[in-house]
Amino acid sequence: MLATRIIPCLDVQNGRVVKGTNFLNIRDAGDPVERAALYDAQGADELVFLDITASHEKRDLMFDYARRVAEEVFIPFCVGGGIKTVEDFRRILKTGADKASINTAAVTNPELITECSRAFGAQCVVVAIDPKKTGNTPSGWEVHIHGGRTPTGIDALDWALEMEDRGAGEIMLTSMDADGTLAGYDIPLTQAVTQRVNIPVIASGGAGTLEHIHDAVTAGGAQAALVSSIVHYGTFTVGEIKDYLAERGIPVRRV
Amino acid sequence: MKIAIIDYGMGNLRSVEKAFHKIGAAGAFVTSDPAEIFASDKAVLPGDGAFDSTMHSLRESGIDKISLDFIASGRPFLGICVGMQVLLTTSEEGEPGVRGLDVVPGQVKRFTGDGLKVPQIGWNNINFTPGAPLAHGQPAGDPMAYFLNSYYCAPDDPADIAATTDYGVTFCSAIHRGNVWATQFHPEKSGLVGLAILESFSEV
Repeated sequence: MLATRIIPCLDVQNGRVVKGTNFLNIRDAGDPVERAALYDAQGADELVFLDITASHEKRDLMFDYARRVAEEVFIPFCVGGGIKTVEDFRRILKTGADKASINTAAVTNPELITECSRAFGAQCVVVAIDPKKTGNTPSGWEVHIHGGRTPTGIDALDWALEMEDRGAGEIMLTSMDADGTLAGYDIPLTQAVTQRVNIPVIASGGAGTLEHIHDAVTAGGAQAALVSSIVHYGTFTVGEIKDYLAERGIPVRRV
Repeated sequence: MKIAIIDYGMGNLRSVEKAFHKIGAAGAFVTSDPAEIFASDKAVLPGDGAFDSTMHSLRESGIDKISLDFIASGRPFLGICVGMQVLLTTSEEGEPGVRGLDVVPGQVKRFTGDGLKVPQIGWNNINFTPGAPLAHGQPAGDPMAYFLNSYYCAPDDPADIAATTDYGVTFCSAIHRGNVWATQFHPEKSGLVGLAILESFSEV
């Protein structure tokens, strides 16, 4: 049976792992490669690196740590942040990443998703969607870009479906309202998206307890849960999260 | 021992190379040179992407011919993911009528099923056929491996099946036919389970 995936997410800024709350108040959480090896050993199913470095001169740092991670870990990893062209996407895959996630550029140039899917296959094209409840769209959830700073007027559910149609292989769904709050994933949002699309959905944003992760998978219907603060600060290990899920009948991979 | 990881412009070749190095097969190297491939002791055909575009790339680069000659020479050959699928005769994916290498008679089919998420993305159980050489040296426990696929191989001859996995259907997740090995999952991304398979291949 396909296992529910637990995916630690490492926000990387200037080569360091950091963590914010509601996309603000950023704190240091260590070296990306050390963290990657730690989570691999704990039984992480996959890793996500989101490069939130603002300046483009620092872009080479992203390729450097992606390369270093690929040397150390033998589980899949995804890199996102600032990918604007098919060539950017190709470079990420060439450094050793298995997938790349696209967020802002999917909105400014949706054709990019079609092109990347055609060139590299749907399996490596992850579309990151950051919705916030604003009431400005039919479902109420509005897609935001530029790290949550810019509302787009696009409905999150329609957008998820369009991304699937264009060849996205997965949706990484981060609720801006829940992110970093430790108050739980946005279950109604997760459920609405998982019911709308036929591709896997990674629930993201808000995990503070083991029960929250269980809810994202059961009530939310997510195929994977992204975790950050809950593992970065040692609240739980990936193994403890999986023990909890396994005891409740959720298929997980044990190491 | 030289293990040629065949570069035909697609796929995540560096991770396959690093995984071989990790298990001590220092002679694993990435190459697109037909002469270098043919001079190697073993060859690996990785792959990501669609069946038809992969076959086009293989034909354009002449890798199709080299792969067939290599396999005919009796030396160990490993296909990974789409590199497994192209070993079969035909596929439901992409342009109709595109032929595979036809080393393993059979068809590549799309996953279908109510509520089934396609592609299959993630870790799934591997049920090895008893005695399959791929299963040699596996760590204790129920083996799981990492899959990324919308299509699966259906060999005509059940004797070619080295492992099965359940995803809507019970499908063939690994092949063993003579000197030809293949996995639908990514051994280079499947932690210790995958590394053990690459080790078995490097030792065969």
